[in-house]
Amino acid sequence: MEDTTTLQFVWFLLISILWIGYLILEGFDFGVGMLMKLIGHGNDEKRTILHTIGPVWDGNEVWLIVAGGATFAAFPEWYATLFSGFYIALFGILVALIVRNVGFEMWGKRDSAAWRNGWEWCIALGSLVPALLWGVAWANIIGGTPIEPVATNGVDSLEYVGNFFDLLSIYALLGGVASLAIFFAHGALFLEARTEGEVRRKAQAMAVKAAPVAAGLAAVFMAWTLIRQDSLEILSLIAAVVAVAAFIFAAVKSKSQPLKAFAGTAVGIAFYFIAQFIDLFPNALVSSVSSAYDMSLNVASSTNYTLTVMTVVAVLLVPVVLLYQAWTYWVFRHRLSAEGVGDVKTPLDLLDKKKETANGSGPDQGTGSEPSGS
Amino acid sequence: MTIAMTSLELARWQFGITTLYHFIFVPLTIGLAFFTAWYQTRWYRTKEEKWLRATRFWGKLMLISFALGVATGLVQEFQFGMNWSQYSRFVGDIFGAPLAMEGLAAFFVESTFLGLWIFGWGRLSEKVHLACMWAVSLSTMLSAFFILAANSWMQHPVGYELNKVTGKVELTSIWAVLTNSTALYAMTHTMLAAALTGGMVIAGISAWHLLKKNEVEVFGGSMKIALPTLAVAGVATLAVGHFNGILMSEQQPMKMAAADAVFKTESGVGLSLFATGDFKGNPGDTNRNIKLPNALSFIMTGKPDSEVKGVNNLNVEYRQRFGDPSSPDYRGPEFKDMDYAPIVWVAYWSWRVMLGCGFALALFGLVGWWLNRRGELADSRRFLKLALPAASLPFIAAAAGWIFTEMGRQPWVVFGLLRTQDANSPTVSSGEVWLTLLGFTLLYGVLAVLAGRLFFKTAGNGPAEIERGDEDKPYLGMAY
Repeated sequence: MEDTTTLQFVWFLLISILWIGYLILEGFDFGVGMLMKLIGHGNDEKRTILHTIGPVWDGNEVWLIVAGGATFAAFPEWYATLFSGFYIALFGILVALIVRNVGFEMWGKRDSAAWRNGWEWCIALGSLVPALLWGVAWANIIGGTPIEPVATNGVDSLEYVGNFFDLLSIYALLGGVASLAIFFAHGALFLEARTEGEVRRKAQAMAVKAAPVAAGLAAVFMAWTLIRQDSLEILSLIAAVVAVAAFIFAAVKSKSQPLKAFAGTAVGIAFYFIAQFIDLFPNALVSSVSSAYDMSLNVASSTNYTLTVMTVVAVLLVPVVLLYQAWTYWVFRHRLSAEGVGDVKTPLDLLDKKKETANGSGPDQGTGSEPSGS
Repeated sequence: MTIAMTSLELARWQFGITTLYHFIFVPLTIGLAFFTAWYQTRWYRTKEEKWLRATRFWGKLMLISFALGVATGLVQEFQFGMNWSQYSRFVGDIFGAPLAMEGLAAFFVESTFLGLWIFGWGRLSEKVHLACMWAVSLSTMLSAFFILAANSWMQHPVGYELNKVTGKVELTSIWAVLTNSTALYAMTHTMLAAALTGGMVIAGISAWHLLKKNEVEVFGGSMKIALPTLAVAGVATLAVGHFNGILMSEQQPMKMAAADAVFKTESGVGLSLFATGDFKGNPGDTNRNIKLPNALSFIMTGKPDSEVKGVNNLNVEYRQRFGDPSSPDYRGPEFKDMDYAPIVWVAYWSWRVMLGCGFALALFGLVGWWLNRRGELADSRRFLKLALPAASLPFIAAAAGWIFTEMGRQPWVVFGLLRTQDANSPTVSSGEVWLTLLGFTLLYGVLAVLAGRLFFKTAGNGPAEIERGDEDKPYLGMAY
């Protein structure tokens, strides 16, 4: 097996960053999506909860699309084997994401309790399923699945030869439950940090309960992952320790300092998956049949030319993306509450010498009374 | 469809259904985002309230279309790996790059700035808020460019080399892929068609309201911008489509031969107006064929007696080119006696349906523009009544166009390099494809009903009132 080239390493790193970015960002969307059904009481509270992620969830989800596209471009064999192999699981994730996305759009469009309730379930389950299945998927990628060479038209390729149920080992299910708990706590902390009043109080109560559970499950999964290694990789041990420490920090701060606690779960998620990516490297997929059938990054990779082209594109564009996405969070940083609060203006508004007109215009203005959105 | 269909056939159905469904929303979103940005620019410049109301009204409809487009777009990207893993392995070095670029350069902008636009009314300065909408509009177009560049590479591969050792294609020039003549024509054609779609939907809905003398200012204003665009885009789509056809007759002569039901290579070929043949994929000849003498030769080359290649002659040529071991394009022994024709009647009729809709739309736009210039639009009840049903034409044209483009390329998935039958996922069973095919189709169906009702209800409600003095206040009427 040949060694990973520098460019292949760069792309493994970049794809890791895209995945981690996706899981941190959409992670709290998943949590908020579940909490909307769980703690939201009445339309005003639910809408407040929805509006905390309203301006950003779509941008967050693009991290997944780009992670998928980048995997296709940089490691086509990885993309092909993974996506055709984890077929039913991906189908479940796609259906969940679709009904969730449409749920966001549809929920407030008709003033009917049954209508809203239906979409709330779509949003809740559409958040729960991927929160669980992404954890299962990554545990399988690093833990190993039945992968072996299959000849098609006389050409061998490393293919997944198991079925959907082969993905549901105890280890993988633990990975799923852990990621579900982590995203749930992450979302509760986000909500606690982004709202005021009753919603905040309820989110806080959830966060205080969920964060220690998440920390515990993360610790167990990390420990198991390390134990499974043939020889302990010191870097993944360090990442795992940082991850668990960050989750514990989040649990400690969850009551009094939600913003710090949220930063804690964000860092925790990052290192939780960094530990997994270190564990995976230098492979793209691990075979449970024989280590001879592991798919190395080198085998999975595109040519040097394609990787070079994509590196130039990424170097030019990724910083810009980060800048404007960060700006979005800045623009919508004010806290929301069901009672409605005056708007915190952005610096751009201050630059623009427009007269203050924010009095009495809460987050509900314009949507509260008119279901069909006019 | 039968239960015994192979996973290959099912995967093809799934690709077709997802793509056609997705492409209802793509031109509509691109078109409406463009017009919304335009109307908002008018509001920004003139401060006439009707433009603000038009912006918010059409913007809301654009958002419904956008949401559905995103939902189906997700499936589009994933199904290459899920159902077409051999294809992904074969073309990954080339095909993945434009997809990744689309995400980095377009999807991020689109989704982020749309969020800013929806929630940014009254929070961002008016100038920044308007810039957000233009960012959305331009990024929807940019996104289309990358995906069309990827698709055009399948129609007319450029900038690549076939690696004899791995049997896969490798990228040698990204510039060649992005400036592929096929891609540039397809991009122009598709953007004009999107303007046509947005313009026609706006004209249709506006006409419906104008018939009832409802919100005459807003809808009269909307029409004033939409109709000339419709007329210009309609004529231009046809013009670009014409040159696109000539290009295709060079790059994919088999597709054009099938589209015109030309089976024998001849000089001075007539344009077929109506043809019948045996009900087979490739009947080998027409039974009845009403032609406009010499017209096809003239359209393709400007000379009435020039030669047009026929399906049967091309089949002989391709069997030699791809099936003879001494040919540089040799692909294997099984290429020696296969049929290289697409399903002829599909190519023939889809092409005609697209053209028919295109001509009708261009004519409609020209008449509307003329009526509007003479100030007779509001009284032309017949025209207004026709406008709403006519809004279905761009969608029919787009669907027919994609059926023609994709099915006309068969049996290839990448022309001259990879056959569709060699491209699907070998480890995915037909039962699994059945599950996802039924699941996605059912889901699309439910969403179509719900979103369709919401779209028509929102369209029927008309633009919301805006209290005087509230124009620059925070507004969440578009938020969830």
